[in-house]
Amino acid sequence: MATDRLRALALSVLILAAFLLAWQWGVQPDPAAGPAVDPEYAKLVGAAAATGGQTPMPGPLEVMARLWHHLADPFYVRGTNDMGLGIQLGYSIARVAAGYVLAAVVAIPLGFVIGMSPLLYRALDPFIQVLKPISPLAWMPLALYTIKDSSTSSIFVIFICSIWPMLINTAFGVASVRKEWLNVARTLEVKPLRRALTIILPAAAPTILTGMRISIGIAWLVIVAAEMLVGGTGIGYFVWNQWNNLSITDIITAILLIGLVGMVLDQALAWCARAVTYPE
Amino acid sequence: MAERYISLEGIGRRYPNPAGGGHTTIFEDLWLTLPKGTFTCIIGHSGCGKTTVLNILAGLDQSSEGVVVVDGTAIEGPSLDRAVIFQSHALLPWKTVIGNVAYAVRSKWPSWSRAAVLEHARRFIALVGLAGAEDKKPAHLSGGMKQRVGIARALSLQPKILLMDEPFSALDALTRGTLQDEVRKICQETGQTVLMITHDVDEAIYLADRIVLMTNGPGAVIAEVVENTLPVTRDRLDVHRHPAYYPLRNHIIDFLVTRSKAFEAERRALELAGTPWQARQPRLVRPGFSDPTLAITPATAAMSA
Repeated sequence: MATDRLRALALSVLILAAFLLAWQWGVQPDPAAGPAVDPEYAKLVGAAAATGGQTPMPGPLEVMARLWHHLADPFYVRGTNDMGLGIQLGYSIARVAAGYVLAAVVAIPLGFVIGMSPLLYRALDPFIQVLKPISPLAWMPLALYTIKDSSTSSIFVIFICSIWPMLINTAFGVASVRKEWLNVARTLEVKPLRRALTIILPAAAPTILTGMRISIGIAWLVIVAAEMLVGGTGIGYFVWNQWNNLSITDIITAILLIGLVGMVLDQALAWCARAVTYPE
Repeated sequence: MAERYISLEGIGRRYPNPAGGGHTTIFEDLWLTLPKGTFTCIIGHSGCGKTTVLNILAGLDQSSEGVVVVDGTAIEGPSLDRAVIFQSHALLPWKTVIGNVAYAVRSKWPSWSRAAVLEHARRFIALVGLAGAEDKKPAHLSGGMKQRVGIARALSLQPKILLMDEPFSALDALTRGTLQDEVRKICQETGQTVLMITHDVDEAIYLADRIVLMTNGPGAVIAEVVENTLPVTRDRLDVHRHPAYYPLRNHIIDFLVTRSKAFEAERRALELAGTPWQARQPRLVRPGFSDPTLAITPATAAMSA
């Protein structure tokens, strides 16, 4: 068991090393090509134009240096377009948290009611089936038009994309609570509210948490795109802004951080799911 | 019966036919009284509706007609007075052993303090021999131990009647025997009124004071009630050496093998003999040495051939 894990770790390190080497080798400047333009001209128009309008792809060492630079001072603010990565990520996480919590507050009680009532389950099913596959970004213009605030609109987009997995999983989890546990509650004359909190909720909790884990994943995917659209602040905006600056190094750094934050969010929910899972 | 502590009065259960039109009658006009402090077993083939009878008594199912009277009151739905031991134990897997029992105790006595609830729960866990396993989750218990928790949970309610639906059928023979001993001991000591569903003849003979024989469904009836002629102090290991054991056992086996499916003919014969079968007053029989069912009848001869 322990040796298996050690082997897997060694293999992971090996794959990473191979990838970094290949990357470094792939971005080596071709020495034969030489400078595309006159050095004097390059000094005048900046590094980007110096290579013929193409930004050279950075190597892993440059990205690591840039990452270190960002991590050394993550929370600075030097004007609207120049803020630390920590601040940008903080904006994104705050928006995701707001939209996600709002969605949970709506979806879990509503899912409970739908799960307990076969009539409502069937009545609301067509609406859920139509609304669920809509790309959350398709709501953006409508949100901007009605809410008229870009930051609130992106929170709404997070809300609308994270509500469906939570709603569907809660309804399913509640509807499929084992009949014998409900019969136990009946023979013990347990009142409806107590039954909901002490039998149905713990029985459905693993399914509900699975829905919440799917939702947080989708929300983190969507926030980057939403912030690219609305601009202003956030990690998505940062990526787009660095694209406009042609700073590929910053973009790769941000991509890496987006992945890491997403992993942390997912693992946090996975940990919660494990805490409420019961072996049968 | 002198004391009608619990009585089923003319209950019936019908299901609408899935194809539409008419009903299927599982059983109808069922009358049975359970005197206080007695252990009654219902025995019959699958599909005779014995589980339905138990569920109606538990309040988990509703009778299409008739009433169930418990201690002078017609029942409406489930009640803490009637505790159920489920075949599949039905423990809540996210709660510990004591959590499961305490949940029941708290349901019955909501005003009790936490300490009183735990103390009461612990007493009944010890009664079924699980002291020391209070903090285990059901997943970490064997099948027999899970069923013990189910029994402790039901007993902790100190119910008027204990309803058991084939509680030992999922257990291995050794565990089943031990649990039968303990259930019998506990029920005798506490004077618990019990109704148990089983299809194990030996289990019924060992545990029950009275064994109710149900004919095959649909349209099942209580053919007769067999009084257990064995002494009250009986030992599981040598109960089969008692002279009354085999007459009793043969009577029940004969019923299950032949009479349960041909009861209509028997009913007509009784009618002609002037001692008609009555739904309201099922015959009480005491199988003994002189029991006519011990004689070789054409039916039993055909069976052994």
